[in-house]
Amino acid sequence: MNGGVTTPGRLSAALGLLCAVLAGLSLLVGSAGAGLPGGAAGGLILWQIRLPRTALALLVGGGLGLSGAVLQGGLRNPLADPGLLGISGCAVLGAVLAFYWGAAQRFAPALPLAGLAGAGLGGALLLGFAGRAPSGPSLILAGVALSALAAALLALALTLAPNPFALAEITVWLMGSLEDRSLLHLALAAPPVLLGCAVLLGLGRGLDALSLGEATAASLGVPAARTLRLAALGTALAVGAGAAVAGGIGFVGLVVPHLLRPLLGQRPGALLAASLPAGAALLLAADLLVRLAPLALPLNQEPRLGVLTALLGAPFLVAIARRAAP
Amino acid sequence: MTGVAVCGLEVSLGGRRVLHGVDFAARPGEMAALCGPNGAGKSTLLRALAGLLVETPATEPRRVAYLEQGARCAWGLTVRQVAALGRIPHGDTAAAPVARALAACGIAALADARVDRISGGQARRAMLARAFATEPEVFLLDEPIADLDPAAAHAIMALLRATARAGRAVVVVLHALDLAMRYADRVAIMQAGRIVSDGPAAAALPAAACAFGLAYGVDPAPRLLPP
Repeated sequence: MNGGVTTPGRLSAALGLLCAVLAGLSLLVGSAGAGLPGGAAGGLILWQIRLPRTALALLVGGGLGLSGAVLQGGLRNPLADPGLLGISGCAVLGAVLAFYWGAAQRFAPALPLAGLAGAGLGGALLLGFAGRAPSGPSLILAGVALSALAAALLALALTLAPNPFALAEITVWLMGSLEDRSLLHLALAAPPVLLGCAVLLGLGRGLDALSLGEATAASLGVPAARTLRLAALGTALAVGAGAAVAGGIGFVGLVVPHLLRPLLGQRPGALLAASLPAGAALLLAADLLVRLAPLALPLNQEPRLGVLTALLGAPFLVAIARRAAP
Repeated sequence: MTGVAVCGLEVSLGGRRVLHGVDFAARPGEMAALCGPNGAGKSTLLRALAGLLVETPATEPRRVAYLEQGARCAWGLTVRQVAALGRIPHGDTAAAPVARALAACGIAALADARVDRISGGQARRAMLARAFATEPEVFLLDEPIADLDPAAAHAIMALLRATARAGRAVVVVLHALDLAMRYADRVAIMQAGRIVSDGPAAAALPAAACAFGLAYGVDPAPRLLPP
């Protein structure tokens, strides 16, 4: 008896299957309507547009879900979200600066590359702020400081935006989207996201030990500082690279662990394996909704993915708060 | 080297010296109690023995189990899952040591209950079972009976004494001086960062009374009295 109703292995397999089904659907749905794209451009649409978008949704969502599970466990806080550490803010800031200086208009890969650079710099700053032996509170404080810094610089870039066009582009990009992403975006984001996920998946034992506090974890031979440093590093890689290509997408990392706990119990390490496919399936489903919305509703363009996850996430937070109330 | 020992230990926390040249050791087969007023340095000494302070070398987690004062679990793990965390140093999830630990601590009946949904005393026993599941040579326990009712407190003290008799070294921080004197082999009294008395449990009363600023009486039983 693990305090849940199923085992991590079984649930992960079921969620993996769900991801496969959603990915199949995703390849069949686009702005051209439902069904396999036909004609001479059909193959091009499938491989150059729908495949990167589908794969990116899986990658970015998986990274967000897993980071959320690791951070909530490591910080012993059910409200922790990957965005809390400020890495996504730094990635978005990097991309926005590329817009700002016009680099993105002259050289398309500049945008994700600048996002990656922002995420990398943010990760280094976070680990620097948190110190050599980070504790939960010091990591949260460092993350809040970094978020505030990134938000201030973003606001500055918005204020000084060279023209209304750049301002509109920046604002749209801030909301997070997977529209019009290419195989290049996929190739840039996949290695860091996968590396980050590999780091995070190895932290189960450390997170379990941390549930008894930092001193007890150290006495069990799993020092808290090491676990937290690796959690911050893995999150910086997985979430930072995701934000560099997709913009700021909130709530997935916050929501996924809460969805899994009733099924798997509360042991933090038990959530990790399933949080990866759960986040992937959640973001891909949200992206499918985003793409279907203009087909079903009188909209002249797609709603932003980050807007949809926030719209779905906000009532979910209220539900968590109500369930937590005595 | 077996058991645990420190010699001439000096510890400063936040620039304030909290331990002044402390010598302390516990041998296998011995149960030692640490008593003294709040702030005397008992918990700091225990943490030092556990190798958790920079002043002392790290200990081998399989050999030394440490129970933190007021230990609690951040998540609603089941009692069995909490006890199983004691297997982390061994890198296994062996069911038998966990089951033995749960039975020894009298919490087996609640093995599948969540620790955040049982009483404070029951949760304390789950935390103690975590230490027993490690099957260590040395137990360092900070107020393991703080939330327990009198019957449960006697049961846990008897368990600790039996554990020491089975060849383990047990160091326990206690506020209940009567229980310390009844069950421990040795009682060390701490005051203001020093060990002011360390000897057979039966002889601890005068030093304890002095450390606490209380009087003591021996009739009808050895006990502390108002000054």
